[in-house]
Amino acid sequence: MNPPAPSLEWHGRVIAPGCAEAETLFTTQRISFFGGVDPETGVIVERGHELYGQSLAGKILIFPTGKGSTVGSYTLYRLKYSGKAPAAILNLECEPITAVGCIIAAIPCLDHLPIADLASHPRLRVDGARVETQYFASPHHIG
Amino acid sequence: MTLQLTPYEQSLLAGDQGRAAQKALQILVALGTIYNAERLLPVASVQIAGVSYDNLGEAGLQWLSEMADGGGQAQTLATLNPAGMDIQNWPALGISPAFAANQQRVIDAFTRMGVVAACTCTPYLIGNLPRYGEHIAWAESSAVCYANSVIGARTNREGGPSALAAALTARTPAYGLHLEPNRRPSVTIVIEPSLGSALDFTALGKAIGQKLESAAPGLIPYLRGGLDPAEAGAASPASLEALKSFCASVATYAGLPLFHWEGLTPEAALYAPPADVLRVTADDLRLARAALSDARPDEIDFVSLGCPHLSIQEIARAAQLLRGKRVRKEFWLTTARPTKHIADQMGYTAIIEASGAKFAVDTCCVVAPIQGRFAALATDSAKACYYASSKNKFKTLLLTFDEVIQLAQETP
Repeated sequence: MNPPAPSLEWHGRVIAPGCAEAETLFTTQRISFFGGVDPETGVIVERGHELYGQSLAGKILIFPTGKGSTVGSYTLYRLKYSGKAPAAILNLECEPITAVGCIIAAIPCLDHLPIADLASHPRLRVDGARVETQYFASPHHIG
Repeated sequence: MTLQLTPYEQSLLAGDQGRAAQKALQILVALGTIYNAERLLPVASVQIAGVSYDNLGEAGLQWLSEMADGGGQAQTLATLNPAGMDIQNWPALGISPAFAANQQRVIDAFTRMGVVAACTCTPYLIGNLPRYGEHIAWAESSAVCYANSVIGARTNREGGPSALAAALTARTPAYGLHLEPNRRPSVTIVIEPSLGSALDFTALGKAIGQKLESAAPGLIPYLRGGLDPAEAGAASPASLEALKSFCASVATYAGLPLFHWEGLTPEAALYAPPADVLRVTADDLRLARAALSDARPDEIDFVSLGCPHLSIQEIARAAQLLRGKRVRKEFWLTTARPTKHIADQMGYTAIIEASGAKFAVDTCCVVAPIQGRFAALATDSAKACYYASSKNKFKTLLLTFDEVIQLAQETP
């Protein structure tokens, strides 16, 4: 009998530490949290954005980098309070608005990741610096 | 290269000094990581933005309260940006009781953390004055520009949370303008006209913004010229008031955290003028000034001086011009509370208030919740024009300080 295929695994740079396991939501476009995301519902409301109308609540949100006003850090905090924050954020290159927002809201955040590769997986687990698929449990999590 | 922490910083990160200090250090470590800092630097002075409830909102207030509840205590001198109202005299300015209650909760959270609740964009006028070469962590774009350029202290442009994090730890990551190579000028800007009034300086900030619009971001300019006195033996036009207005304008329109100016700023002598040269002509200055005015004088229903906050000399001038006069429009003079105390003692406040003009202390026309209350603002500040137009949808008229006071007396 063949051994089970190993789960895929990537290592990023830790911006805000934490663990999460959830469905993924991916965009190739930058995200502005202030003005671009409804802080009460988690729905992306920036006109013309490819995720317009979708909710980031509870998702592992994958996007290249943030943009917009520094007040966006507080939007992430408010999303957390509303129970509508993303479960984790994965970036190509994190910037200060997202980084500060993730820390004050305790949202796990990693960057320096191949986000297009991650995006093909419907569900991921984030644990510290590691991102992994969940087809099979990684040996680190047995027992 | 990874960020190296001292044992003290590691103990903060481990939570030994409480949750708030831990959170603060996490913010600084994240920023240091993003910007490839090798270490944190001790800072002796902090200026915190994100004070007006109008900008912070409930989420910002909740976060500040959480930091205060988590035992956050300022570890170095820290002052605040303007609030959304005069903390003592808010009813006279038409602020609602509901807003006032929330704004007071913001101030209370900062006070609990030992942050000095002097709410001003000119901390350097009221005792938060760093020295040359000192590492500091300031928010407030105009004050950042003044501290880096005019004083020669070293700060990045901090946001609200990162400035508070610096206050609670007395640390900031060593990157950007803390490092000498990043302070070197990369473009020369020749100022052709002689600058006279402070109005020329505020218009110059807008003109430089237009010149640098198509340039790569992050350029540090080396300015030359413009500073000849009007006549031999006269004082330099680059007064404290002219420079604070210029810093506010050039930070707003060109996003500049630092400039060097030959013969004026302390670091200019360290560098040769860069080979790339741009020119600001008298026409550029005129056009910049014209671009900031879209209101006719008879449309003006709101008049404000004090962006950045008025110095005691400016208040003295206002009192001189308003003695025995009657103001016929809503007229705010915005300043810091310690400056207002001096004005009280000198009798300026009584003269100014007798004219019908109002002091709006701790606040300003940029951060107070005044959207919808007025149609058109007259001011002497290019920065005030920007926010009046973009945030509050007012028309604007840019005049000299004296002209603003004259217009305030005309019947609407």
